[in-house]
Amino acid sequence: MSNGETALQHHHAHHFASADDEFEASKQGMWIFLVTEVLMFGGLFVAYGILRGLYPEMVHEAHKLLAVKMGAINTVVLISSSITMALAVSSTQKGQRSRAIMYLVATILFACCFLVVKYFEYSAKFHHGLLPGAHFVNDELKDPKSPLFFSLYFMMTGLHMIHVLLGMGVIGWVLRRTIRREFGPSFYTPVELVGFYWHFVDLVWIYLFPLLYLVG
Amino acid sequence: MFNQALAGSVPIQGTAVAARWDGLWDFLLGLSAFFFVLVVGAMIYFIIAYRHRPEKKTTYLTGSHLLEAVWIAVPTLLLMIIFGWGYSIYHSMTQAPADAYEVRVIGKQWLWTFQYDNGRTTVNEVFVPLNRPVKFVMTSEDVLHGFYIPNFRIKQDVVPGMYSSIWFQATVPGKHQVFCTEYCGTSHSGMLAKVIVLDDAQWKAWNLNRPIGNVPEVKYSGVEEVSAQSPVASAQGSLAEQGKAVYEKKGCVACHSVDGTTKVGPTHKGLFGSKVELADGRTVVADENYIRNHIENPQSSTVKGFNAVMPTFKGLISETEMNALIAYIKSLK
Amino acid sequence: MAHQATVADGGDNYLNHSKGLMSWLTTLDHKRIGLMYLASVLLFFLVGGIFALLIRLELYKSGTQIIDANTYNRFFTYHGAIMVFLVIIPSIPAALGNFILPIILGAKDVAFPRLNLASYYIFMVGAIFAVAALFLRGADTGWTFYTPYSIRTNTTVILVLTGAFIAGFSSILTGLNFIVTIHKLRAPGLSWSRLPLFCWALYATSIIQVLATPVLAITLLLLMMERIVGIGIFDPKLGGDPILFQHFFWFYSHPAVYIMILPAMGVISEIIPVFSRKPMFGYKAIAYSSFGIALIAFIVWGHHMFVSGQAELANFVFSLLTMFVAVPTGVKVFSWIGTMYKGSMHYYAPMLYVFGFLELFTIGGLTGVFLATLAIDVHLTQTYFVVAHFHYVMVGGTLMSLMAGLHYWFPKMFGKMYSERSAQISFWLILIGFNVTFLPQFVLGAQGMPRRYWDYLPEFTTLNRISTVGSWFIGLGFLYAAVYFYQALRSGKKASANPWNALTLEWQTPSPPPHENFIETPVVTSWPYEYLPENIYMQGNS
Repeated sequence: MSNGETALQHHHAHHFASADDEFEASKQGMWIFLVTEVLMFGGLFVAYGILRGLYPEMVHEAHKLLAVKMGAINTVVLISSSITMALAVSSTQKGQRSRAIMYLVATILFACCFLVVKYFEYSAKFHHGLLPGAHFVNDELKDPKSPLFFSLYFMMTGLHMIHVLLGMGVIGWVLRRTIRREFGPSFYTPVELVGFYWHFVDLVWIYLFPLLYLVG
Repeated sequence: MFNQALAGSVPIQGTAVAARWDGLWDFLLGLSAFFFVLVVGAMIYFIIAYRHRPEKKTTYLTGSHLLEAVWIAVPTLLLMIIFGWGYSIYHSMTQAPADAYEVRVIGKQWLWTFQYDNGRTTVNEVFVPLNRPVKFVMTSEDVLHGFYIPNFRIKQDVVPGMYSSIWFQATVPGKHQVFCTEYCGTSHSGMLAKVIVLDDAQWKAWNLNRPIGNVPEVKYSGVEEVSAQSPVASAQGSLAEQGKAVYEKKGCVACHSVDGTTKVGPTHKGLFGSKVELADGRTVVADENYIRNHIENPQSSTVKGFNAVMPTFKGLISETEMNALIAYIKSLK
Repeated sequence: MAHQATVADGGDNYLNHSKGLMSWLTTLDHKRIGLMYLASVLLFFLVGGIFALLIRLELYKSGTQIIDANTYNRFFTYHGAIMVFLVIIPSIPAALGNFILPIILGAKDVAFPRLNLASYYIFMVGAIFAVAALFLRGADTGWTFYTPYSIRTNTTVILVLTGAFIAGFSSILTGLNFIVTIHKLRAPGLSWSRLPLFCWALYATSIIQVLATPVLAITLLLLMMERIVGIGIFDPKLGGDPILFQHFFWFYSHPAVYIMILPAMGVISEIIPVFSRKPMFGYKAIAYSSFGIALIAFIVWGHHMFVSGQAELANFVFSLLTMFVAVPTGVKVFSWIGTMYKGSMHYYAPMLYVFGFLELFTIGGLTGVFLATLAIDVHLTQTYFVVAHFHYVMVGGTLMSLMAGLHYWFPKMFGKMYSERSAQISFWLILIGFNVTFLPQFVLGAQGMPRRYWDYLPEFTTLNRISTVGSWFIGLGFLYAAVYFYQALRSGKKASANPWNALTLEWQTPSPPPHENFIETPVVTSWPYEYLPENIYMQGNS
């Protein structure tokens, strides 16, 4: 271990022939996991597609009540967080521990920022009675199917938000292990995999934003 | 064996489509029997012929592309024939003629209501003409139901919030069984009805609101019984006996028992004259007025410990039927 | 692929490697996790089976026998949900697969042992949620949770939904683990073209688990939100579409049928060559047909909905596509029978169960063609014909195969032999009982008796009675199996490393296997089904 910043030597699990094999296996596992995530969100996207296909007018009217500005800010915030996450991975690979820590902290801060914006957005929706399904009490929207749009809006952004929270959790865990000098150029699997996950969360938002906020 | 056990087991053919259906069914049974004998027969033959015997060597075989190809091609061809045949019958099941006689059907836990163009409404019995296309336009007031007439080989889910339809042209007069086939809760298995196919004279009489005479019971299990008396047709027996017929016909039996057991609603055994505790705290005596009022406005006097799920029968029960019904409930000591 | 089978008599094995309850509960050894799954699955099988017997008892005559309609509706829901989510789906992949897969690959463990243990606990948490519902107000929706009934009922559906949702993640993670294991942990020399067919089957199964289960997760989540906050997507009262729920549900649940049957086919493919002493006939055909089935699995879900009100065009397409399921399935059956041809067959319990499987599965498969045919399905769907059909496939297929696999690998798992005589008696009880129970149900369905009926018209009495009597024989058969397996565990004869004289890797290590499966990493030099003409003997079980 030539790099002074990583104190611990990683030993690969006994059932793998080498650390490389283990890394490859972990990466493959993560990719498969992300496929399952795509399919899970896929279900919601299909429901959205059907709703929009059936009631294009309603979706168009309802989407105007979403805060495009807040959505746009959050898009920028999440893209920035993806960049800092990518930098955290490459810093770890290069053995630049303190930089990696800085980038990981930045990623978490961006995620917090996303949640704060989301909080204000949701509060405004609650205030205007733009609630899912049975709880919908807004009288601006005349179409009786309008509550369905908000059901999907909350389901999709809500499920995404849960993923953001989980992401913050795992980034925090990686940060802790980075601080404890457990990663370095020879072993950085968790950092890279958490990075994959975070990019996925970002990607979902990149689809959610235009579909919900920017209906043509 | 497999073939024979099943062959005589489909219901009678109540429509022309049912006859076509039976043709394909017989073909499928024959084909299945052939393949079953082929596969299981080969297996049994091999079990006997190639049992382990000392010194008897095996033959080294790892496959045969030709045989595999045949085994793919032949079934594929057969399956395509079956598909086309099945689709063609299905297509004629879905295309109702434009001049079909329409009846509107409403499913509700756990009874069927039928509305006719002339303004009449019936419960759990639907009257239709013989040899004329009839179309049911169906919806549900609550959950999914399924409308199924085995004698006609047709079935369609009844979905709340939308209309689905089904059509047939009955060729056998009499009462044909209807089942609810989409699970709908407690009395799912009690949600039964009859399609009553009337010949010309009866159909005329029914439309003029006159007695229609005897209607035979068409047993779907293949046997036709012509002797059964129709409660609709004949106002015979004591008032309580007539009431029993109304009780069954209007679907009371789906939720109420007459033997003391609790179903969805309270039992009617010993109801008459007893004190009933209501959900709103009142206690009332179950007299004629209470029973009549409860049948017409069930929500106003829900019995304590039960859910307010009973539908109103206002306008669905005539005065003579009501009198008979009350007499019957009175007789349930 | 022959490799040394060092007999480590009385030596270290996975069972005695470490001791105490905690060493099991915290184990990362795939073999122990497999056994924990097996024990749990068998326990749930007992519970689901008791509900089945009670259902049949109620249907012995028309009218109330032992339970009222509401109780009956709960019981068939428990029977279905427990058997599908807690028994059949995890049975072969999670229990047998976990135990056998790494060994048959020549690996020390699955790729992610920690994840494997986590999957087990996730499964158990899901199971606890589902079972907890039994002690509250129950659930009466059927295992299909069709809306809007599942939104309206005042039973504790939410717990069963949560249970199925959580158990789903266990299934996803197991599938993920297996895919990576098969890719990355094959022994030296074990190329794809030498991969045992059980692995091919598990691989195809895992792909379905990974791709379909997330859709179930989101569907159940939406349904939960439907009940909690009334989001209305599936609720016609709020403008939603109940048929959309059915599409979502069957998009998972149809592939789930293949999650249940593909591993079963894998077990059958392992056993037939060994007991016929012949090379697998059409190895590639069997391997590829698993993928053919997995692929078709995803595009036929609409055949569950021919009378739901979906468009006629959709029915046309789904019926057509469904026909093609029969093709790869037929190829498999053909190859299995072909393997027996000119073999030297030994008739021990595993092989008997294979014969049972073939008889039942053939009937299940052929009646499947009836149901795929549009017009025919209109009359038969939602009747007992469907009930009989899927029991022939699921029980006749998967459970027979689970029993075959249990008997086949029992010596490997525990290092003991079961009583062959008892096993054969039990087999006949189950096979005959099964046919007596479910053949009459085909007739009932053809006559028009709808499923999920607590009560039926008197005309249906005789056949229902026969069916109920049959169920007692099945019950007796499994009860007897429990007894002799228990005896075998306690005082069974010691099993050798390879009593069936099989060529796959799991038999080239002692019974029971040592802690890390092999004393030294095996090297594979040939095909797993290379049974030469003179290799006709096996030690067997006598």
